[in-house]
Amino acid sequence: MDMSFTTEQLAFRDEVREWVAGAMPPEMKRKADAGAVFATDESLAWHKILFEKGWVAPHWPVEVGGPGWDSAQRFLFQEELVRANTPELSPFGLTMVGPLLIQYGTEEQKQRFLPPILSGEEIWCQGYSEPNAGSDLAALQLRADPDGEDYVLNGQKTWTTYAQYADWIFVLCRTSSEGKRQEGISFLLADLKNTPGITVKPFLTTGGTYAFSETWFKDARVPQANRVGPENGGWSMAKALLGHERTAIGGVSESGRWLQMLKRIARETPVGAGTLLDDPAFRRRIARLEMRHRAVSMANLRTLAAAELGHAPGAESSILKLVGTEIFQEITELTMDALGHNSMGWLDSDETALPERERYVASQFNYLRATTIYGGSNEVQRNVISKQILGLPSGAPARKQS
Amino acid sequence: MNFELSEEQQILVDSVQRFVQSDSTVERFRKLRGTDQAWDPEIWARMGEMGWLSVPFPEEQGGFGGSFVDLALILEQLGRGLVPEPIIPSVVLAGGLLSRLGNAEQCERFLLPVIEGRSSLALAYAEQQSRYDLADCLTRAEPDGNDYRLSGRKTWVLNGHAADHILVVARSAGDQLDRAGLSLFILDCDAPGLSITRVSGMDGQRTALLDLQDVQVSADRVLGPIGEAHADLEWAIDRAAAAACAEGQGAIQELFERCVSYLKQREQFGVPIGSFQALQHRAADMFAEVELCRSCMILAAIQADAEDPEERAAEISAAKFQLSEGGWFVQKNAIQLLGGIGITDEQDEGLFFKRLRVLQGLFGDADAHTERYQELARFDAEARQGA
Repeated sequence: MDMSFTTEQLAFRDEVREWVAGAMPPEMKRKADAGAVFATDESLAWHKILFEKGWVAPHWPVEVGGPGWDSAQRFLFQEELVRANTPELSPFGLTMVGPLLIQYGTEEQKQRFLPPILSGEEIWCQGYSEPNAGSDLAALQLRADPDGEDYVLNGQKTWTTYAQYADWIFVLCRTSSEGKRQEGISFLLADLKNTPGITVKPFLTTGGTYAFSETWFKDARVPQANRVGPENGGWSMAKALLGHERTAIGGVSESGRWLQMLKRIARETPVGAGTLLDDPAFRRRIARLEMRHRAVSMANLRTLAAAELGHAPGAESSILKLVGTEIFQEITELTMDALGHNSMGWLDSDETALPERERYVASQFNYLRATTIYGGSNEVQRNVISKQILGLPSGAPARKQS
Repeated sequence: MNFELSEEQQILVDSVQRFVQSDSTVERFRKLRGTDQAWDPEIWARMGEMGWLSVPFPEEQGGFGGSFVDLALILEQLGRGLVPEPIIPSVVLAGGLLSRLGNAEQCERFLLPVIEGRSSLALAYAEQQSRYDLADCLTRAEPDGNDYRLSGRKTWVLNGHAADHILVVARSAGDQLDRAGLSLFILDCDAPGLSITRVSGMDGQRTALLDLQDVQVSADRVLGPIGEAHADLEWAIDRAAAAACAEGQGAIQELFERCVSYLKQREQFGVPIGSFQALQHRAADMFAEVELCRSCMILAAIQADAEDPEERAAEISAAKFQLSEGGWFVQKNAIQLLGGIGITDEQDEGLFFKRLRVLQGLFGDADAHTERYQELARFDAEARQGA
């Protein structure tokens, strides 16, 4: 066992650090240093900068545009992005549908879809949940009926993150109502901007932003050539994707970034003759969270290192979503405490009344309650752990009231 | 970056596992607990023959020249069987300090017999008032010609009841709380003026209370530079904390697995109780804590060999904190899920519960490690960088 980095790896880290420091345009750099949250167009701008450098998809194979890094390099790269507080990239193309296409897509699909994901020319969103299919995803009802070369889609998706900015959506559709519910689901790719019959309606979250949309399909035609994998074979791929998502959305790097911000806020917040960071009780609250965060980071590292050796995600990966999101929320809660009165402020406050960074904290504090809900709620994660890993027996089926 | 076991490490783990399963089940511990020695010198000798006691020591001292990770892997497996032989006091604490500070003659005389399983050691550092502050020491070492005379009282001396030699921390200069002025002395267990009282532990192991009244120690029994023991003591206690995490990992894993298999067998309301979602979710949360303990334990074992004391301290404190808080969550819920039988002495689970609680209180509890963690220079340094 070895945790240390080689001289080459450390040189790589320095190279990344130097490049990142110079690569952000001045306004982006200013916001990054101030700890602000980035808008979608800034995220896209950063995507394109990374693309031009060839670093936008660290986990993709070289043949389709990855940089050919090993897990240590990917880890170091990610750490440097966190350190510099660069904008987060949309995960739906790069870390979700992209890898799925690389694994299951046809040659034509790869050639059609992967390059614009890489370049950022086409933005993706995810169509999984429906009003009546949340944790019970297999209950989904969006119909896709074959008609000539196409499928005709009717129904509704919800929680389609940033669908209003997306060009394409990957959707789970019902292509059969025979047999087990899971065996009648197909995975389709739909052109969101140019398909008649698709309507996107963003809705406001408690964070004060339009992070999610409802997406309606009314006789929307999607070519059958845009189906990934076999008809009625979408469920297992979707689950594989959720597995990817589960490790990715533990948010270990992002919560590490928040932890840094929390300490900086505490250091810049005067209390009496000193600062909040000098307050022994507050220091201990931070220390407790930071030690917990180290534990989750190490579990994350073990997962990355095992994946590098080609091992299937082990027990340690199944807990990342569960504990990663809970620690993340605790960090946001403590950050609110650190702000004191300033935690009451809201996004549209005047700059002179409330610093830019602090305006975003309350918004994010609210929005990030979603982390324990999305990607399979944490209760679903507990079901998965208890059944699939611990092998505990299924409960008796719920009895109907007579 | 690689967390896989090497081939040699896998062989080591397999051999310790076989030993626990065939020769040192919990049944053996049950027979030993409550006896005067509470561990078995024959098994100790076998551990020496198998080379387990030599692992962390350099070859020139008769050791194997292995890493702390190797030792942690051994301890983890031993924790599954509640193996009571005194590896932490003899090998990690006193042995570690002898190896680090001792001259050739001292190592030959006091360390080598431990490596060979012929003798055992103890480190007397804690005092009634000291809690987890290693600097807090009232026991005094007064110069007497070339010799020293030690007087004071040491508590909770692990293996102090059975050790052939005991390292005693005493103050050769300064005041009660000073870091400077602490020295280490090697005492024979039958030294005149030293009285040893056996103390029973909750976990069925034994410790000792030492009373020292003008115990004469010659200059060649001073270990390391006089008055400068504090940093080395911190190093040794840190490694013992990492060792406690490793042993604790085995114990918590075993306790958790037993609990899960009980959930599958025990039936109430006509179904296995493990089919109830309230218990499934509790078990899932326990599993998460067990895994976090494992991640921290690995990191702590790797960093136990680190030369940078800040790096070592940060990871070991995080691991001990996790064992103390996350581990506690697991063990208390294990007893709850077992129901009434969980608190019967006949059932082994209670023995794991007790051993874990002892390991949690040794070498710094959650509060002590939180306190130490926030004192590290890096804690403030990180607040000055990033966004």
